[in-house]
Amino acid sequence: MVNNDLITLGHGSGGLQTKRLLDSHIFSKLNNDYLRKADDGAILEMNGKAVVSTDSFVVSPFIFPGGNIGDLAINGTVNDIAMCGGIPKYISLSFILEEGLAISSLDLVLDSINHAANESGVEIVTGDTKVVEKGKGDEIFINTTGIGELMEGCQLGIDRIKDGDSIIVSGNVGTHGIAILSKREGLEFETQLKSDSTNLNQLVNGVLNEFGKDIKFLRDPTRGGVSSTLNEISQSSGLGAELNQIDIPILEEVGSACEMLGLDPLYVANEGIFVAIVSEKIGTKVVEFLRKEIKGKDAALIGAINQDLDSKVVLNGIIGGRRVVHMLSGEQLPRIC
Amino acid sequence: MKYLDEYRSGKTTKKLLKEIGEITTREHSIMEVCGGQTHSLVKNGILDLLPKEITMLHGPGCPVCVTPGSVIDEAIYLAEKEGVILCTFGDMMRVPGNNGSLTLSKSKGADIRVLYSPLEAVNIALNNPEKDIVFFAVGFETTAPANALALVHARQRGLENFFILSSHVLVPPAIEAILADPENRVNGFLAAGHVCTIMGLEEYVPIAERYSVPIVATGFEPVDLVEGILMVVKQLEDGRSEVENQYTRMVKRTGNPKARELLDQVYTKGDKEWRGIGRIPSSGLFVNDEFKRFDAREHFEILVSQEIEGGSECIAGEILSGKKKPTECLLFGKTCTPENPVGAPMVSSEGACAAYYHHSDLIIND
Repeated sequence: MVNNDLITLGHGSGGLQTKRLLDSHIFSKLNNDYLRKADDGAILEMNGKAVVSTDSFVVSPFIFPGGNIGDLAINGTVNDIAMCGGIPKYISLSFILEEGLAISSLDLVLDSINHAANESGVEIVTGDTKVVEKGKGDEIFINTTGIGELMEGCQLGIDRIKDGDSIIVSGNVGTHGIAILSKREGLEFETQLKSDSTNLNQLVNGVLNEFGKDIKFLRDPTRGGVSSTLNEISQSSGLGAELNQIDIPILEEVGSACEMLGLDPLYVANEGIFVAIVSEKIGTKVVEFLRKEIKGKDAALIGAINQDLDSKVVLNGIIGGRRVVHMLSGEQLPRIC
Repeated sequence: MKYLDEYRSGKTTKKLLKEIGEITTREHSIMEVCGGQTHSLVKNGILDLLPKEITMLHGPGCPVCVTPGSVIDEAIYLAEKEGVILCTFGDMMRVPGNNGSLTLSKSKGADIRVLYSPLEAVNIALNNPEKDIVFFAVGFETTAPANALALVHARQRGLENFFILSSHVLVPPAIEAILADPENRVNGFLAAGHVCTIMGLEEYVPIAERYSVPIVATGFEPVDLVEGILMVVKQLEDGRSEVENQYTRMVKRTGNPKARELLDQVYTKGDKEWRGIGRIPSSGLFVNDEFKRFDAREHFEILVSQEIEGGSECIAGEILSGKKKPTECLLFGKTCTPENPVGAPMVSSEGACAAYYHHSDLIIND
């Protein structure tokens, strides 16, 4: 029967079809003790302070070069916990599925979720599945909540940022956003680019263990890109940020695609890098430390906090001119010519 | 980046800037015609690096900026029509018409698709035979051939559900309109490199002669722009008014004959309204009789007012014709921002106001 291959409203009814979907797909793919109990919630073991973060994932297309919405959801949540100085432990997972979604696609997403969760060392402890009518969703939405344990002695906060602190990115900027754009209907272009979506918790935990309190602040520059992250930091801290264009790492393909589409890579989304604000004295050491790791091999020191800039982010261009890098307003839209 | 880095060299740019400083003996006002050039000048901080005698005026070459509000209204009307998919270039989405914007229509449920290539719209028409596909064909001589090609393809495939809503404008008549204005301040032009790639240089010769202005076809990278400015300044200092080519790696004197053939095949010239500037004779390209059945204005009855907006304090027209700078506008950075644009030049990344807002140090803080 065709219906068996597609999500129908019956899969969200709470009856037999729901149970079959859960048992033969979700529970069997994400096999663990918490989920097997099929309770309404989960009871968790915790040490010390907890870090909690929630996120919703709505990406189109939901399968893209280098990943899909499944590993994006796990990695995104894990990274948010890690940026707060937490060791990610548990994740809740809610699906909103649109009627007509191929169950094989759901299976693919579940496999990626399982793989990403195993790789980052988190367990999926509770979840929910709802089905909405055709046209009321965009195939698949995922909502997550992550819980982690705060690393001992960790003190991250915008209030700790001082004039002169170094600004570091852990890898190439703009890769995820351009990889997604290259597959969007109407904008497709030939590229080998893959999303940089990955978990960063081990890398971040490693940096925090090595450098402790000299790491002042961490954030993963997802939506709105590096410029939005730095503008948020500049505005909240009341200190400005000065960047050197020549030092900003970017893949050649991403740079070319941005040229073609009229986009600024500093505004393009990332899913596999973080921005770190660290004491000036350890700036280059942090970069050296990161570059030894696969996920940090393209790390670079891109600028410094500068209190004279009056909460602005200023970019020193390659030819010597300077410009203010503003917050992204609205969506970045490809240009005409 | 291959083929680009040498045109972004700080060393070469500085050398050219020094040369400009050495030969400049008096004040010159130079207009860069294209919004892409404006964007690059501001983004790279070149305006601050030029000698103070040289004033750059920002020209009308931003398709988003010069598309009349009534045309945006037509696009909105079609987008909101049952059974229509409206396809558009991305930066038209936020431009305010007299009544809303395409972004607003999309959020109300209109099926609007952002495309990079007009040929994609033809594919969408093939894949959605039950829908009418309207491509919002805006742009200068640079985009017009690709849009014309979309019509040729649609005809070859016998499509009956593909239409274009066109608002095509031409550069030389606009340059002429600026020069003919008694308040004109422009002494020399950087012509838009991309446009010259298609059209060549010959059509600028009579303008340069009639108005005694140097015109230099110029590219978009820092080295291109500074070299183009140097070539204009040299001519002005020597008292010459010739058509020269800085962008030799792209522009041939004869342009691209194949692309021009396409234009001749699909369009016919006519008088055209430019937003903020007014009506310019023979400055528009319109779908000709042979391709009439693909013209959205022929196929649909579009009910929008053709009145020209006015009454706002927005000085977009004066900015686009080089009479004023964005920062001279009372609304700039206050009531008019990229989130809430009053005039079109604040919308597009190529618009002079947006370029100043995004990249300049001159931003007025609230």
